[in-house]
Amino acid sequence: MAPQIHWLLVLFAAVFTNNILLSYFLGMCSFLAVSRTLSTAFGLGLAVTFVTTFTSILNYGIYYGLLDPATSLIGIDLRFLQFIVFIVVIAGFVQLVEMVIDKYSPALYQALGIFLPLITVNCAILGVSVFMVIRRYTFMQAAGYGLGSGLGWFLAIVLIAGIRQRLRFANTPWPLKGVGITMIMTGLMAMAFMGLAGVASLG
Amino acid sequence: MAARGLVRKGALTDNPIVYQILGVCSALAVTNRFENALLMGVSLTFVVAGSSALVSALRHIIPKRTRMILEMLIIATFVIIVDLALKAYAWEAAKVMGAYVALIITNCIVMGRAEAFAIANPVRASFLDAVGNGLGYTWVLLAIALVREVLGTGKILFTTLAHAEVPVVPAALIRAIDGQFPLLLILPPGAFLVLGVLIWIVKALQGPGREV
Repeated sequence: MAPQIHWLLVLFAAVFTNNILLSYFLGMCSFLAVSRTLSTAFGLGLAVTFVTTFTSILNYGIYYGLLDPATSLIGIDLRFLQFIVFIVVIAGFVQLVEMVIDKYSPALYQALGIFLPLITVNCAILGVSVFMVIRRYTFMQAAGYGLGSGLGWFLAIVLIAGIRQRLRFANTPWPLKGVGITMIMTGLMAMAFMGLAGVASLG
Repeated sequence: MAARGLVRKGALTDNPIVYQILGVCSALAVTNRFENALLMGVSLTFVVAGSSALVSALRHIIPKRTRMILEMLIIATFVIIVDLALKAYAWEAAKVMGAYVALIITNCIVMGRAEAFAIANPVRASFLDAVGNGLGYTWVLLAIALVREVLGTGKILFTTLAHAEVPVVPAALIRAIDGQFPLLLILPPGAFLVLGVLIWIVKALQGPGREV
């Protein structure tokens, strides 16, 4: 990964050309399960964007501060622990956010509350942290990548929810109803996003 | 339930990908190469079988309130074993699949079997149930990968398990299409299209009346 890519470009690429869902297939489970109506898709998309942004920043600090021997404060190679640490940070962060929102903003909790526990098992979140390490992002690139991936996922689920709402009145062959046709629509959407491929690229 | 019944249920009649739509992320991501799909299938089967057996063995000790996080830690431990083994013995494949191996942790099949079966059943049954689901995941992956790689490139390429290129499409046909295979199939959109069509075929064969 070239370190000189500007973080805004990383953000742009993560939304459009290297979309976490449409080109890396992460977060498919909740994408398929929660895209039946536009309003719930919108809520989950917002929650995912929020959580990816902050967990990528947190995990960046923990990975380079504690686990990677080259930069860590304790100088021991603990990189083999990264998956366990990442998933615990994500689960802990989600729990914390849920408690804070519940206490200070009941209205927002009503809107996002039910989606938050779902997010822990959304592989897009863990995927962002893992990719950030594999591609050796700098701090700003990692933050841009976290935000961009969240926005990209948000965009994909809102678009497919809009399409699915309309498809409900279409005459779909019965074996294709539900997941089958959603998969094919997503494929067409991924093709459309590939049209932007020349603009920016993230290896 | 008999051992065969348990394996059969996971592998065919309650297939995790086709019927429960679980574990789709990696099913799409690694299937542009047959060999990677095979390695991924074996890795996932190992993780799901190991973690289900361990969760089941510890089921009387695990407190109910913290069971999710403990299951997650057990799963993560098995994933780390697979990750290190791949890095040691199959470096090329590990580089390509690295992130997706890590993501077995959040693969719903693994957590699903631990939570839905292993936590309440004896070790042997949990192990067989997990193996069945692992096999069910593996064959769907192999089917998708076969379609994508063969139609997309005309051959099956082995680099890790062996060094070989298996030409599947006859040379005459390659000449007829001027070597222009539909590259789209090995690109991301192809994955969605092939899985969509596979679900379509399986459900049509199964007959109506089964809701997913």
